Amino acid sequence: MKRFAEKDCAITGVGMSEVSRGSAKSALELTVDACLEAIADAGLKRGEIDGIATWPGERADGSGFSPVGSAALQDALRLEVNWYAGGGEAPGQYGAVFNAIGAIAAGLCRHVLVFRTMYEATARKTAFANALIRAGERQAGPFAWYAPYHTYAAALQQALFFNLYVHKSGIRPEQVGQIAINQRRNAGLNPRAIYRTAITIEDYLASPVIATPLRLYDCDVPIDGAAAIVVSRLDGARDLRNPPIRIEAIGSSMEYRNSWTQLDALDTQAQPRVAEMMWSRTQLTTADVDIAQLYDGFSFHTLNWLENFGFCERYGAKDFIEGGKRIALDGELPVNTGGGALSAGRLHAYGAVHEACTQLWGKAGARQVAGDPKVCATSTAGGPLAGCMLLVRG
Amino acid sequence: MRPLPELTDENHAFWTGGERGELMIAFCKDCAAAIHPPQLVCPRCLGESVTPRPVTGTGAVYTFTVNHQPWHPDMAVPFALAVVDIDGAPGVRVTAQVIDADPEAVRIGQRMEIAFEQSDDVWLPLWRPSR
Repeated sequence: MKRFAEKDCAITGVGMSEVSRGSAKSALELTVDACLEAIADAGLKRGEIDGIATWPGERADGSGFSPVGSAALQDALRLEVNWYAGGGEAPGQYGAVFNAIGAIAAGLCRHVLVFRTMYEATARKTAFANALIRAGERQAGPFAWYAPYHTYAAALQQALFFNLYVHKSGIRPEQVGQIAINQRRNAGLNPRAIYRTAITIEDYLASPVIATPLRLYDCDVPIDGAAAIVVSRLDGARDLRNPPIRIEAIGSSMEYRNSWTQLDALDTQAQPRVAEMMWSRTQLTTADVDIAQLYDGFSFHTLNWLENFGFCERYGAKDFIEGGKRIALDGELPVNTGGGALSAGRLHAYGAVHEACTQLWGKAGARQVAGDPKVCATSTAGGPLAGCMLLVRG
Repeated sequence: MRPLPELTDENHAFWTGGERGELMIAFCKDCAAAIHPPQLVCPRCLGESVTPRPVTGTGAVYTFTVNHQPWHPDMAVPFALAVVDIDGAPGVRVTAQVIDADPEAVRIGQRMEIAFEQSDDVWLPLWRPSR
């Protein structure tokens, strides 16, 4: 059988800074906190890290979207590495992990530190979502097609996609709301989550409409924080502190138009072919998956991934999540078990990896999924962005 | 004032056709593919005879949203934003704000026609329900 490079890689440690709606620490301090925790969690020493990867790399633009890049972290910790990368043109937020796999497969690295830092809570205190669009400045690139219509925020762009999904699937708001309700319930058991007070369907339906059909509780929470993971060569991972969490398969393809408006099907976004690629690289199937950490920048993404991973039929997510039982911690497929970006905070899919590993290592405390979960499907999303991984302990 | 696009060789015809009341879409002369966003080489047949030409400026709403959140302090809300499938240009969708309509009355499949708003050297397409 063909050997896939990701199968020789494993996550060996995870770390997370404090996560807040406004930090007293700088973005770089938060990054250092998360990275040192991940290195220590793996049972490694700073000098054993020989690669760095992040997504989308440093953007010194005041938006808080990605204030720390590989070079800043390297200098802060004086890491001496053989390879590093940070850049946004990659298969979604997990592009940094996929780059790390490539570097390990190429023999460049044994232990790659992968991190993601957000400082959006602080940034939003002084600027609106359109902080990057300045009066009189001409817009270039893919968002120039949107900018004249005041479509600066991801929420507005994704609302266009979500509305088509609602139209085609017939999903009702009472069903959509199960995503936010389930995740808030999980967040109540996660001491690091931002919002921990349970919400009801009445709360969901009463939450402000941002852009139809998106409500406030469908949107993730901008935070200040950082998450980090160590991706190691599997042969060097066996003797470390944690049982290695193998990267069983990845979906990283771009067999679709990478466009915010000209995607083939806005209602499914870029995910279907990416998910197909992942399943083509493993013998495992949806029946083997114990838990799922599905991208939830908006609850719509989670609905999309339930279908695109094949946990239910196309447009069947509404029935799958009805009443919220199947996706609950004690359900057949616990989803976003730590509260996800909606309630625990927007760490942009890296909170999801952290939670996946925490669950697979049995360290999730009050929110630990019973039955010793071993397999987790996890994903990223956002219009033309998509990437996914299947993680397996042992 | 609306944020304006930077004009390029590729997009110039699209953003300025409104001066003549025309929605300009790029087509390949060799294989007839409609190309959007416009490019100078055909992504289907790689032919280099790509030229913009006017289409009817009508289409049907593929999807839309009604924005309620003021993303800027002086933004007037609510407003509808529509992604419209363009007649005569298979596969091409143009996203623009909807005018002259109750935002809540916009529907998927609704027929739209193009309107333009000049701002500096750019003629921004807008959608209005077909009469």
